[in-house]
Order: sequence, then C-alpha cells, then structure tokens
Amino acid sequence: MSAVLPPVSPRRRRTDTVMRGVVGVLTGLAILPLVLVLYYLFSKGVGAWSVDFFTTDPSGRFFGSPGGVRSAIVGTVLIVGVATLMAVPFGIGVALYLVEYGKESKFANVVRYFVDVMTGVPSIVFGLFIYITLILATGFGGFAGWKGSLALALLMLPVVTRAGEVVLNLVPDGLREAALALGAPRWRVVLRVVLPTALPGLITGSLLAVARAAGETAPLLFTATIVKGTTLNLNDQMNSLPAQIFNDVRQAQDRIVERAWGSALTLVLMILLLTLIARLVQRRSRLT
Amino acid sequence: MNPDQQTPETTREATDEVADQSLQRQAVVAKPEPKPAPGTGAARRITVKSLNAYYGDNHAVKGLDLVFEPNHVTAIIGPSGCGKSTMVRCLNRMHEEIPGARASGEVLLDDIDVYDASIDVVAVRRAVGMVFQKPNPFPTMSVFDNVAAGMRLSGARGKDLNEKVESSLRGAGLWEEVKDRLGTPGVGLSGGQQQRLCIARTIAVEPEVILMDEPCSALDPIATLKIEELIAELKRRYTIVIVTHNMQQAARVADRTAFMLTGDMVEFAATEKIFTNPDDSRTEEYVTGKFG
Repeated sequence: MSAVLPPVSPRRRRTDTVMRGVVGVLTGLAILPLVLVLYYLFSKGVGAWSVDFFTTDPSGRFFGSPGGVRSAIVGTVLIVGVATLMAVPFGIGVALYLVEYGKESKFANVVRYFVDVMTGVPSIVFGLFIYITLILATGFGGFAGWKGSLALALLMLPVVTRAGEVVLNLVPDGLREAALALGAPRWRVVLRVVLPTALPGLITGSLLAVARAAGETAPLLFTATIVKGTTLNLNDQMNSLPAQIFNDVRQAQDRIVERAWGSALTLVLMILLLTLIARLVQRRSRLT
Repeated sequence: MNPDQQTPETTREATDEVADQSLQRQAVVAKPEPKPAPGTGAARRITVKSLNAYYGDNHAVKGLDLVFEPNHVTAIIGPSGCGKSTMVRCLNRMHEEIPGARASGEVLLDDIDVYDASIDVVAVRRAVGMVFQKPNPFPTMSVFDNVAAGMRLSGARGKDLNEKVESSLRGAGLWEEVKDRLGTPGVGLSGGQQQRLCIARTIAVEPEVILMDEPCSALDPIATLKIEELIAELKRRYTIVIVTHNMQQAARVADRTAFMLTGDMVEFAATEKIFTNPDDSRTEEYVTGKFG
C-alpha cells in the first residue's frame, strides 16, 4: 500500500511549514502599515473630537480655541457632491458608448486609450489645469468651490468610465440579444435592460471614484483653496478636509496639529462609510 | 439536395400526414393536433434565396435556398459548426449583431425581403420572434414584467397589458404554475419554466414566425417534453423553425427537416423521409449516428 500511496515525505512537510510561515509573515508585514495608520488615526484623532470640532469653523486666532472644522466638512461634502454630479453621468455615458456602440471601432479604442492615460495623470495636474484655464484666465473670477469640483470631476471621470465599462461588459450578451429579438430599438435595450441589470455595479464603481476623489488634496489647493468660514455658495472659496489637514499639520501649535488628526479621522471614516455602502450595493448585484 | 419540387398545397397535406404518423409512432406528444385550416392565424411563409452568411472571412452559410411553410414546424439538424444557428439568426437579422458578421441573399417573409434597404430591422424582429438556447429572462424583472417586456420594449402602450400577459403565459403553458407569483423575479423559476417564460415573452409581441435555437439543450427531459408539447400547440398559430442537436427531437416535433453540413444544405424533405429513407448518403450516415 505504501508503494501506491506513500505518506507525505518529511522533506515536503518541512517545506510546507516553512513556506506557509514565510507567506504568513509577508502578509503580516503588508498589513502592518495599514494597522499602524488606523491605530494612529484613532489614538490621536479621537482626542480632537468634540461638539465644537464639528460645529465651529477654524478661528485662525493664535490664542484661545483654534475652532473646529465645520467649514471643511461642509466644503468636502459639497465639492465632492458636485464633482460626482458632473463626473458620473459623463463617465457612465462614455462607458455606454464604448460597450454598446463603439465596441472595437477605431474611435472607441482611441477613447479607451485616452481614458487609460487620464487614469494615470497625477491629481495635481488636474488642479493645475483648472488653475491655468479657469483661474489665471480672466473672466471666470478667482478661486471657487465649483472649480475644485471640476478638477475632482476630471479626476473621477476615467475611474467611473473604466469601472462602468467593466460592469457593462458583465451584462450577458444573451440579454441584449433577447431584447433585440423582441423587436426593441437599441436605445430601449440599453435603457430598460442593460442599465437596470448593471445598476448595482455602476453605483459601486461611482462610489469608489467618489471615495478616491474625497481624499484628494492637490486638485483643491489651487482651485477651492483653504479658507476658514463655512459657505454654501459654490462661487466662493471653499474649505475642504484634505486642504484643512494640509494646512493644520504645518502649524506650530499642538492643538492645531491635533485638529489635523481629528480631521483625518473624520475623512477616513467618511470614505470608509462610502466604501461600505459600495460593498453592500455590490452584494445585491446579480452579475458575477 | 433539392428543397422542394412539390407545390405548397400538396406539401402541406403530405407533411401533416407524415407528422401525425410520426407523432403516434413516438407517442410522446400528448394528442395529435387538428390540422390548421388554411389562412388561419398570422403565420407566414419564409422563403430563403441564395443566402450567404459570413463571420469576417469565415463563410458560414453557403448559398442556401429553402422554404419554411406556415403552420409547420421545420427542424434544422446537423453537426456543430455546420451553420444551422447562423442560418436561423439570418432570418430575423440577429446575425448582423455580431461584430464582423454579414449576410447576403434574400429572406422573404411572404413576399417582403427582410434584407431590403427600406426595411426597419426592428420591425423584422417584431415579426420574427426568437427563443434562445439558454433561457435568458431579464434578471431585473419579475415574471410579469418579463412577459410585458416585449410590449414595453417595443414601445407599445399599456392597454390591456394584464390580459396580454395572461394569454401569453397561457399560450406558453406556464400560467397555472406562475399565476400566484407573477411579482417574483423571473430568474427564480426553474430552467424549464424560464424557457417557457421566454417563449411567453416571445409570443406576447405577436410575431408571425418563431425561431428556436436549440431551445431544449439546457433542459432536462421532462422540461424538454413540455416545450415539445408546446411547439406542437404553437404550430397552429405560427411558422416555427427549430434548430436542434437532438435528432429524436427533430423526429418528434418537426414536419419537415433540413440537414446541413459545413454551411451547405444537404437534404431538405419531410421529417419521415429524412429519418427513414434519405436520398443523400451523408444524411443517412448522420441520422444513424455514424458521425456528428
């Protein structure tokens, strides 16, 4: 019997143990920075949280309370919200074109190539682009929240498009054929069959793009800038969490640096929430 | 080789007789169908003239000529890759949906060429419905919405939608099984029920011809039997073309059978003749299982 099915040799047993150990250690090492980041965020950030932290604007005074980050939270929500409204319809539109109409045509492949290039463009370049075209150029006024949104939208556009293309490609061709064979015009097939089937995936892709944009500092620095006061007017200069953190960590006062940690924790939790929602929506999807 | 030398009238009588015999012999289809009175239903004759179909440089269908009689079931048999699915997809112009695919020749619906430049492809597909190999109900829609989808997708407004859905489900022999769960997702049904749902969806748009591309290949024998009974029922109102890998199925349901090989039509005759006394030796070898 041992000749036919020999037991595992001691050598293989040893190799197995060693390799499992190595893989485990490497995984631990890879996770370590993530754990440390979260640990520091919580240990340093929670201390900064208070009612005032969420309900007052940065005071800018050297003495007394430094104030909270209300303006930054409101600004981030507004800027990213408007950016989403700008980027998601366009991004999904481009994805629809690529999957449903362009397919393998030359133009579609050129678009795909540029979308890929755009994905790799550093975020600060989008900020610079808006800075040069909409702020230095006369006629559009100075720094404004909507210009920050536009910079973020440019950043999100390729992400939404790419994710959308992947999801739309997952919609089985059989469904399109079934709808076409019923005598449906193509636009109705797209609207009534393809989009509803792909919807959970499209939402997930968009939310991940939102999460990425929400953490960007560079595109906002020279478009929406850093201010103290809360505003709901997108034509005004507007504060944002990443910009506030960028500003605060450079200050000499410990209390202000602590505020940066509090802002960072707030931002991370906001993004975590979005990612969580994205996961839940994805779970409802019938596409695999 | 030659599709049909007889006049349509004599063909119809002859094949119905043959079909009835074969039904009794097989004893599979529950009851012999009454012969359709000429001119009833909206079924139309499809005439294919020198049809060629290509995938890029691949010549998949080579100059076919054949006639699909109204209120008859015509089966297309042949080994994999012989072009039978391609040929059927040319009848409602679904072939051209595949990138790089094109077709030439004439496909006449009664006397209208569906490939004529003035013809709206959407109208062609409304007149020539199709049931696919894999049941493909729309995953986001309920049973009801799946059947209503055809009407909604083709832009028809909701007059007596409920009635239409019920009669279509009855027509597909599914009503009794799903009448209490019309609101549940269509993909929650069993495979055989899903396929009958797809048939209901197809007949809901009131086509004149129904194409079936291996409709039972993903189904178990019981579900297959139900679909076959349904085909015998549908024949009274529609022209039916069915592609099948299963030769017993062709023998059970079809009045006439065409045998295809590498894009050519080898033989097209009454089903009984194809399976008992074919003219071409290749047909005989195929139906007796010597290859394919």
